[in-house]
Amino acid sequence: MKMELQSRYRTLRDIPQVDYLEPGGSLCSGCGGVLALRLFHKVLGKNVVWVNAAGCMTIIVNYPLVPLKSSWLYTAFASAPAGAQGIRDALDILIRKGKIPETENLKVVVVTGDGGAYDIGLQSTSGAIYRNLDFYYLCYDNQAYGNTGFQVSSATPVGSATATTPPFPSEPSGNSLRRKDLFEIWRAHKPPYIATLSSSYAVDFLKKVEKGSTFKGPKMYIVLAGCPTGWGYDPRETIREEKLAVDTGIWPLKEAVEGEVRHTFTPRALKPIEDYLVTQARYHHLFFPKKREDIIDSIQKEVNRYWEEASKREGFDIKLVQV
Amino acid sequence: MTKSMLMTGNLAAAWGARLSRADYIPAYPITPQTEIIETIAKWVRNGEMDAKMVQMDSEHSMLTAAGSASLAGARVFTATSSQGLLYGLEMLYNISGWRAPMVLINVARALAAPITLEPDHNDVLAARDTGFLQFHAETCQEVLDLVMLAYRVSEDSSVLLPAIVNLDGFYLSFTREKVILPDEKDVSDFLPDYNPVNPFRASRPVSKGATVLNGSLYSYFKYHMHSSSLKAINVFERASADFESIFGREYSPVEPYMIDDAEFVLVISNSFSTIAKQAVKRLRERGFPAGLLKLRMLRPFPSSYIARYLSGRRGVAVFDQNISLGFGGIIYPEVLSALYHRRSRPQLILPVIGGLGGKQVTLNEIERIFEATRNELGSESPEPLFLMRKDELERVTKTISVAREAEI
Repeated sequence: MKMELQSRYRTLRDIPQVDYLEPGGSLCSGCGGVLALRLFHKVLGKNVVWVNAAGCMTIIVNYPLVPLKSSWLYTAFASAPAGAQGIRDALDILIRKGKIPETENLKVVVVTGDGGAYDIGLQSTSGAIYRNLDFYYLCYDNQAYGNTGFQVSSATPVGSATATTPPFPSEPSGNSLRRKDLFEIWRAHKPPYIATLSSSYAVDFLKKVEKGSTFKGPKMYIVLAGCPTGWGYDPRETIREEKLAVDTGIWPLKEAVEGEVRHTFTPRALKPIEDYLVTQARYHHLFFPKKREDIIDSIQKEVNRYWEEASKREGFDIKLVQV
Repeated sequence: MTKSMLMTGNLAAAWGARLSRADYIPAYPITPQTEIIETIAKWVRNGEMDAKMVQMDSEHSMLTAAGSASLAGARVFTATSSQGLLYGLEMLYNISGWRAPMVLINVARALAAPITLEPDHNDVLAARDTGFLQFHAETCQEVLDLVMLAYRVSEDSSVLLPAIVNLDGFYLSFTREKVILPDEKDVSDFLPDYNPVNPFRASRPVSKGATVLNGSLYSYFKYHMHSSSLKAINVFERASADFESIFGREYSPVEPYMIDDAEFVLVISNSFSTIAKQAVKRLRERGFPAGLLKLRMLRPFPSSYIARYLSGRRGVAVFDQNISLGFGGIIYPEVLSALYHRRSRPQLILPVIGGLGGKQVTLNEIERIFEATRNELGSESPEPLFLMRKDELERVTKTISVAREAEI
């Protein structure tokens, strides 16, 4: 076994008290995206410039109120990674030419939703990874176009109702298309570090941000971002929802170091996916007026298949849910 | 040491970036611009230019990187054409809204469909309302000089708006002309280092591109940008005076030609100005009181110059190398609005459309424009002139008949 970096983060007590995102922002209560941004920031420290793509986070900086202690640039929907490229390159050149001291350097971090990451900004993301841009990339994945009222994106899971995939007898699943596997799309570009995150596993989260920062090049993160308004649950339940997603196995926690995949948390036994689906209004049509065992089973089978393959590949034991 | 070289418009644009000491060049290839970025790539790799060039994944990304690098304090240069400019159009509004100075070369090329290569100005005029300043070049020397002037104006603290320098594809991009290369020391006297306002720095966090969910605030910022754009006229005049004292070449927002006692004046811009000047000269030799006004600055629009030079003329023709489908030329109403309230406005202002897709314009056609302007005097609704020569029309008809036969 390879020697692991000695992490500063071993228990929840190690979560830094310092906050670079102040309370009182203009986003929804219980927003999983904001929570992820806050945790991410704790590891990176204050010398950060966030480069934002259009989405929920865009209204964090709502003139003249700025809850961040770091810098911010809103770019456009499709091209936040290109915005990161310009800032990174400019700082590098100015430091090399001696026009600014190294102490003025910043960590450049893209923050985008899943619409920006999976759909409209996929090309510019691909370009930035290809160019081996030295930056961080945080996709808060709430699995739909949340800011515009929860329309389907290519991150929306099968079975989810969205504003543009309402369930009808002709389309009983709501959304029937499978999510893109963004982790694997990124991995095909061979960046040095990729990880999935869940704020509900905060130590795992912080460790991965810390670990990523030891690499030069693209450090890519997808965090499951509970969305009370879009998913339809009480805002106080965000952490519980995000944890259920991990414990049912529908949101695997993993990383890829130089392309090599390893799951960082493997449940001994998966909880039934139904336990997760039933808590959210976006899956309501799978239970009422009558329970759609067929659709729920197909989702469970997909989860089982994923873990069966992963456990064989990495050699760990896991108890699947019988269908 | 000043020296002169034969060079294409594209090479002159690249020299503009090099002499202006651009730090950063995000790039993306497109005909007919590509020679510019190829030249810069070579200079950066062989160490002749101390800058970073990065080839991006699209013009949209290219322009995003250009704007954000400017906000971080680099002097930025880039170039595109046609479809590329439109592909990145969203970012032009953002870059100007960020108040990020930079210079973007547009090598004009007509827009698809049908896809084509030669120039007209529908591409660059699509950027008319974005907040970018616009300077249009007639010669290769002008391309080089306008790049340096554009940086001076763009980076001025009372302006802080990005700039486009336009040159025509093929007619200028691939045409070699003698260009005087200024001395590097003189250029740095004329154009000091870029001094960014509140750039991204660890010691002082800043937010840029903030959301403004309020119509009155939004209006305030837009009015502010508008007023800064208008200030660019005076800033350009001052910069031109410095430029002339250092380099000996004079640039005004407009360039009058044989205009003093002209009764009929043609308003034109870019590379066809050269042949139009030739036609004016020929008409003068025959005793026709022709003159010309070349527009060098399109944004901000030099309305006061237009009023000054065109008031009191009998007839004016506005040559638009572009077409707003369903209306006509784009520059025409702008010239009209600069003159409407003048008591001594010309009797006739004739709209002319020509040169679309790089269609050649001949001396005779320019002369016809002047004749038509004179003939239409007194007309209440002058018919717009759409240039198409008989021999061209014959060829077009023949080509279309070939296409029809092929169908059968």
